[in-house]
Formats: sequence, structure tokens, C-alpha cells
Amino acid sequence: MSGRRGGPGWLRGYAIGYLVFLYAPVFLLPIFAFNDSAIIAFPLRGFTTANFEQLWATEAMHGALANSLKVAVAASVISTLLGICAARASARYEFPGRRPIIGFIMLPLVLPEIIVAVALLVVLVQLGFSLSLWTVVLGHVLICTPFSIAVLSSAFLNMDRSLEEASQDLGEGRVMTFLRVTLPLVAPGIVASLLIGFTISLDEFIIAFFLTGTEPTLPVYIWSQLRFTAKLPGVMALGCMLLLLSLALLGAAEYFRRRSARQTGSTGGYL
Amino acid sequence: MSLAAAEAPPAPRRRWLRLPGREARRGLALVSPTFLYALMLLAAPLTLVVLISFWTQDYLTLDRTFTLANYRTVWLDPQESPLYRLLMGRSLAISGLVTVATVLLAYPIAYFVAFHVERNKALWLFLITIPFWTSYLLRVFLWKVILGYNGVLNSALMGMGFIDQPLTFLLYNANAVVITLAHAWAPFAILPIYVALSKIDRSLLEAAEDLGDGPLRRFWRVTLPLSMPGVIAAALIVFIPTVGDYVTPRLVGGTDGLMIANMIQVQFGKANNAPLGAALSVSAMLIVAAISLLFLWLNRRFSRGGA
Amino acid sequence: MTDDRTRGRALITLDRVEKRFGEVAALDGVSAEIMEGEFFSLLGPSGCGKTTLLRLIAGFDEPTRGTIAIDGKPMAGVPANLRPTNMVFQSYAIFPHLDVAQNVAYGLRRLRLGREETARRVTEALGMVDLAGYGKRAAHALSGGQRQRVALARALVMRPRVLLLDEPLSALDKKLREQMQVELRRLQRAVGITFILVTHDQEEALIMSDRIAVMFDGQIAQLASPETLYRRPVNRRVASFIGVMNFFEAQVTGEAAGLIELDVAGLGRIAIPAEQAPGGVNGASVSVGIRPEMLTLLFSESDRAEHEVSGEVVDAVYYGDMTYYDLRLPGAARPATVSMRNTAGRPILRPGERARVGWGRESLILLA
Repeated sequence: MSGRRGGPGWLRGYAIGYLVFLYAPVFLLPIFAFNDSAIIAFPLRGFTTANFEQLWATEAMHGALANSLKVAVAASVISTLLGICAARASARYEFPGRRPIIGFIMLPLVLPEIIVAVALLVVLVQLGFSLSLWTVVLGHVLICTPFSIAVLSSAFLNMDRSLEEASQDLGEGRVMTFLRVTLPLVAPGIVASLLIGFTISLDEFIIAFFLTGTEPTLPVYIWSQLRFTAKLPGVMALGCMLLLLSLALLGAAEYFRRRSARQTGSTGGYL
Repeated sequence: MSLAAAEAPPAPRRRWLRLPGREARRGLALVSPTFLYALMLLAAPLTLVVLISFWTQDYLTLDRTFTLANYRTVWLDPQESPLYRLLMGRSLAISGLVTVATVLLAYPIAYFVAFHVERNKALWLFLITIPFWTSYLLRVFLWKVILGYNGVLNSALMGMGFIDQPLTFLLYNANAVVITLAHAWAPFAILPIYVALSKIDRSLLEAAEDLGDGPLRRFWRVTLPLSMPGVIAAALIVFIPTVGDYVTPRLVGGTDGLMIANMIQVQFGKANNAPLGAALSVSAMLIVAAISLLFLWLNRRFSRGGA
Repeated sequence: MTDDRTRGRALITLDRVEKRFGEVAALDGVSAEIMEGEFFSLLGPSGCGKTTLLRLIAGFDEPTRGTIAIDGKPMAGVPANLRPTNMVFQSYAIFPHLDVAQNVAYGLRRLRLGREETARRVTEALGMVDLAGYGKRAAHALSGGQRQRVALARALVMRPRVLLLDEPLSALDKKLREQMQVELRRLQRAVGITFILVTHDQEEALIMSDRIAVMFDGQIAQLASPETLYRRPVNRRVASFIGVMNFFEAQVTGEAAGLIELDVAGLGRIAIPAEQAPGGVNGASVSVGIRPEMLTLLFSESDRAEHEVSGEVVDAVYYGDMTYYDLRLPGAARPATVSMRNTAGRPILRPGERARVGWGRESLILLA
């Protein structure tokens, strides 16, 4: 076998080509955001920051951004709390129906989002709820929780169970053991879960599209803008900012994951 | 305490009567908030969708008498059902293509990271997942920009003199949907395959080599069978959600690329016929579930016979 | 059975302790008393229930039936954090988010000793395990041996009535393990706390313990001092778990005046005192055991022994200080193993050579 380290040349070449395919749209985003032209096409016309400046003046966008931030904060906090419960239960306890229960909670991971959205819409309308940002939060919690559980399960599973026993053995009760040992050790996982939930909620479109009332979230706002050619350069600029925000959040999540891995001495990540 | 009571044999415990132990009770108590949430906001709504699919709607009032009319409309009605069946079939075909393309494209990259990247595995995985975290809407839209008539691809090909006229088969059809979805779901296919590959005990590969297998035979006889669970997981994770994708067909599919989710949205929205939309949703879910189960069953049979 | 109980009073009383996991009985009626200040070992193969028993004493699990009392107080319903026991875990369970001193001080927080007294006791405990000056070291920067010492200091600083050690040395390499065996024993004598050690290593148990409970299948097969255990095992299973033992088939031909008359296949007719049958005599067909070092090769014509037979060397394995011979004795079902110290001028026999084997009757043991 040729070169275990680098791998056969064609495989490495393929890998790089694949990355180009993955990143193609992402690379275009800043290019068109800074392009001085009303249409999104080549050839490029020149450099401008006007699209970004225009964003500052767009009130509707600010409202949508504020809505999205509210929803994302609420959804990530609630889904992380629910994720802590479920991940802790499945990592630590053996109980009847554990696999089907956890499997059911993880179901939104493979369910088409439109089904989740439609089902929630139907039940909310039947119960007479009016659609609002809160109904969007309800839906987002549903799809963020599986991700929280995935991240937190590995945090709970990576923790040596005898650490908690050692704490009890040294005189601490159940609550203090959780606060003094369990929580500090899974804290990086919790931070990562919050960040991932926040990012997913911020980007989610379909459920927000179905469940939002009069207050659009950012993706719903973007969707409404995509129809107007004139608005597209501004949307590109907005996309750029969102990309940077996502990268910052993910960098932070990865940093906390690594710190957690170093602390618990494990090398495996949740990726 | 009387002697008789002390000597009475303990009542035989029945398995199904046994109460869960302390540990089990704690576990159940802990999982219950999350489970209740999922019951109330997933199980109940899904049940309601199934119920509604057997009802009818007249403007704003629901008629709750049980009827199969919606399903007849979806599957048998001579006027309407051809469209629904076409959309259903196209959704499945596109999803199937996307699944095959995504998994085939993903396998080599997962293999590369699992076996040939020594030090920077985490960095590679991170690089692979980053595009997934950028706005889904914008990613899909940017594919429209890439594949469009005046798009990046056409400009580049014309600039290099490969073509004189812009290619028109790129955008607003099923091809565009397949390409865009294969891109959007790449990390979901790569990660499970990567996990399965990295779990393979390296000494098994060395044993195969030691017993006379060349690289190709070794891959075919050891690596691929052992990574099948990851491939199956990847296929299902891609197939099931993409059947119901809404954004991609709307943005890059044109009229020839529309899928079932777009019709479901129309029924719940403009057409204001929730029961029909529900019937479409239930039909789609049942078909997807049936295909997934068949897939799992075939794989189990195949892998058992093969091993 | 000889009672090797250390003088003193019982600190832990186990009364018909039983633990079931579903249908499986991990402990099947264990009764024993563990004395104040003794070094007590639970020895047995994996799955024999020794760790389960330790965890029941620590309070991590509750027995299905039976009672555990510490210091006369029944422990049923008392959780681990309220028991006067502390544990050194097999994985050491060093808190990775705390440094060495914080680890050791972990349990002291509840005692509200004040900052200075806490610091004093931490320093004292670290000194006790030879880790003075390591207080600020991060947990992940410790070697295996150091982690083991931190775990020990963290438990000892609590001044428990009983220190529980769950295979504490199994993760260390051989040299370090042997060194720690001696140190642990010395530490136990110095602090005078009752130690209960779980181990599967018979040599470790023999070296360190005052008394050993040998466990098989969730039951105590024999509870005795190391010497008694080695010299007077109650049955074949205990005998072959601890050290090497040659077994011979034998017929009981008579019992008289405190003597048991035997016809041993390969060794001949012999009478042994009844006390050399610690498990009693059941039936006419029995096994007789003798340790390899209790058999002697008689090299020169003038060497004499109380009893002797002659046989043929089947195999000789040279260990440097010792040579182990397998000898075929006429009438014996299997070759017998004999160990001989390689003293000056003593020859090494080759397979095929004939040799005389001598032994004394007090080294024989009759096994049920």
C-alpha cells in the first residue's frame, strides 16, 4: 500500500476537490456582497461596501434579526435544559423503555422538517393558539433537542462514573455531587449545546415559515427578499455577516469541546 | 409478629408486576420532561395530522366524519391524482438519486479522513461541517447563482472557450435539485461513514493483507462490509428528510423540479385544504417509512448471508 | 477450621449478605466479621462477587437480603456519603477539574474545618503518601502511581473507620506495584485504620493481608490468615487458586486415634493427623495435595527423607534461582511438580533421568 500517511495521490486530490465543491457557495457570498452591481452574476463590476451600509438602514431587517435572536436564545436554552435531562438519564440510568423513549425524542433528526412544521401548525390552530414567536420557539426546541442530546450524551458518557461515586464516598449528597463534580465536567458540553442550538435556530426556515405570525424571523425575512432582484446584494451582505457569526459561534463551540476533552482526558469529539 | 406470618413463603414475584427499581425510577423521572415535551409537541401533532387526513374541510370549518375521500383524491381521482402521484414519484426519485450521489461522493472523503489523515482529523471534520452551518437558504440560493443562465459555471466555461452558448440544463430542473441537495446533506453522510470506518480494528485490515488480499480485495472483503452500518445510517439520514425538502425545489427546481413538500405547503396555505395536505403528508411518510424498512430488511438479509 | 481472627472487636459485621442483579446472584449469603485495625483482603477470580461486596459496604448498592453493620450500626438505607468508609477506586477517580490539593480537600469541605485546618490536613495527608509539594499540580499531569497516591490521600484525609481499596494496584506496572504493596502495608500499620482490599492477585493478598477471604461464585470459600490459607486450604479450588498444588487420588483405608490412614496413588500408604484434613473427610475417595516446595529431590545416595518414592523426570524448567521438575511417579495419574532451589553444586536433571523424591507426612493435606 502506497504511503499510509498521505494516502494515494488520487484520494487526496479527490478530498481537496470535494472541499472545493463544499465551499463553492460559501466563497461566492463575500464576492457578491462586495460587488458593486445590482445583479448577482459575473463579471464583477467593482468593490463596494454600500450593501453593508444599506443593511444599517433597513428597519425591517433589524426587526427580523431581533426576532431571530429572541427565538434562538429561548430555543437553545430550553432545548439544552431538556437535553441535559434526557442525556443524563440515558447515560447514567437503566430504565424500562430507554431506547424507544430516546429514539422517539431523537426522531426530529430524521423527520422531514415540513412534516414537523405541518403537524405543529395543525395542532396549534386546532387548540386556538395564535401564531407568534413563541410558537416558533416550540418548534425549534423540538429540532434542537436531538442535537443537544447528541452533544451532551458524549459529555456525560465520557465522564467516569466513579467520579460521582467518589464524591458521594467523600461525603457529598446527590445535589452537591451534581454541582461540584458533574456540572463542572459537562459544562463545556452545555456551552457547546447552547451554541449549536442557537446556530440551528438562527438558520431554521421551514418551521419558522409555517409557525411565525406577523413577526418574521431572519430566514423568513430573507426568503421574502429573495424574490426581489434589487434586494439581493443586500441579502448577500447579510449572509456574509451571518456566516461570520456562525463561524464565531462554532469556533467557540469547538474550543469548549476541546477544553472538555482535555479535562476528561478523552480524545473523541461529538462530531 | 406472629410465627405463621414469619414462616409464610414470600409471594412469588411476577415479572410484569415488578415495579421499576430505584435507579429505573430516577431515570424515568429525569427523562420525563423531555419525553413529555416530545409527546405533546411531536406525538400528539402527528396523531392529529393522521386524524385530519380522514376529515374534510369546507373553508374554515372541519367536518369530523371519518372518510377516505382525501386518500381517494390523492391516489385514485382521475383528475387530481396524476399530479400528486407524479410529485410523489418525483420526490422519491430525486431523493433516491440524492442519496446515492451523496453517499457515493461522501464515502471516499470519509475513508480519506479515517485512514489517511493522521494528525488533523478534527480539523478535517471541522472543515467538512462548516458549510453546513451557513444559512441554508443562502446556500441553496447561491447554487442558483452558480448554475444559472448567466451563472458562475456558464461564465467560467464560456470564458475558457469550452462552450459558446450558456448551458440551460443546469438550472430549473431535477438536476439542479439533486446537485444542491447532495451538497446540503454532505456532512450528514460523511460523519456516520467516518465513525463506522474509524471503529474498524486496524489489525483486521492487517490480517486480511497478511492472508493475501491486495488493497482492492481487502477493501471489498473487509473494509466495505464492516463500514456498512455507517453507509446504511448515512443513506437513511439523507433519504428521509430530503423527500420532504421544500426550499431547494422551490428555488432551483423550476416547475419540473417541484416536489411533494411544495404541494403540501400549497394545501395548508393557499388552497386552504388541510385534510388533503394531511393525507399527502401521511401518504408520503408511510411510503418513506416502508422504503426505509425495506432497505433495512434487505441490508440485514444481505449482510447476514454475506458474512 | 482454625480461627485466625486478629484480637480485637468486630468493626464490620456481614450477616448472610445477598445481592441479586435480576436473576443472577452476585453474592449468595456472605457472613463474616472484619476486625478493627486489620488489613483484610477479598480475593477471588473476576466475577466472584468481591467488588460487589466492597460496593455494598461502601453504600453504592444495597444488599437484596442480609445486613451489613459498621461499628454495630446497621447500614441499611444509609447512603454512601453518610458512611464512615472511604474508597480508593480502581480508576482512582481523580477529579480532572481540580488540582491535587483540591482533590484531597474535596471531602473536608463538609466538615467545615476552616481554611487553615483544612490546609494543614491536606499537607499532612500528602506528606503521608510522599506527595509533599504536589498540591498545585493539575490532575491530568500526574503519573499512574501519583494518581494512586492522590486517591489514597484523599480517602485517608477523611480519617475513615474503614478504607476500601478496589484493585488499587492493578493499573500499575509490576515494579511499581510491588513497591506500593509494601508501602500500603506500612501505611496501614502506621495509621491503624481497617483496610479492606479487593484483589484477584493471590500473591498481593498473601503479602499484604492479616486475613483473607477467598471468594468463589458469590460465596466465601475460606476465611483465614495467609499462612493457614496456604498451608491448610479447605478444598481443591482454594488450593489451586493460591499457589501451585500437586493433587493425588487417594483411598481412605481407616481412621484411628486421630490419624487418617490413606493409600495415595503414586506416594503409597501413609497415615496423617486428622488436623491435616481441614475440610473433613467425606467418603472413601479423596484428594491429597502437596506443594511443589514440600517435595524434595534426593540427589545423593546419602540423602534421606521421612518418605520417598522414585520416578522419572518428564520435564525440567529452569527459572534461574529455581528449577521446576515434572516427575512421573508410578501409579500417579499426572506428573508431580517439584521445585528445587539451585544451590551451589546442585545438578540440573534432564528429562528421562531417574530421581528419588522425598517428603514429610506433615506437608500432605487431605482435600474434600
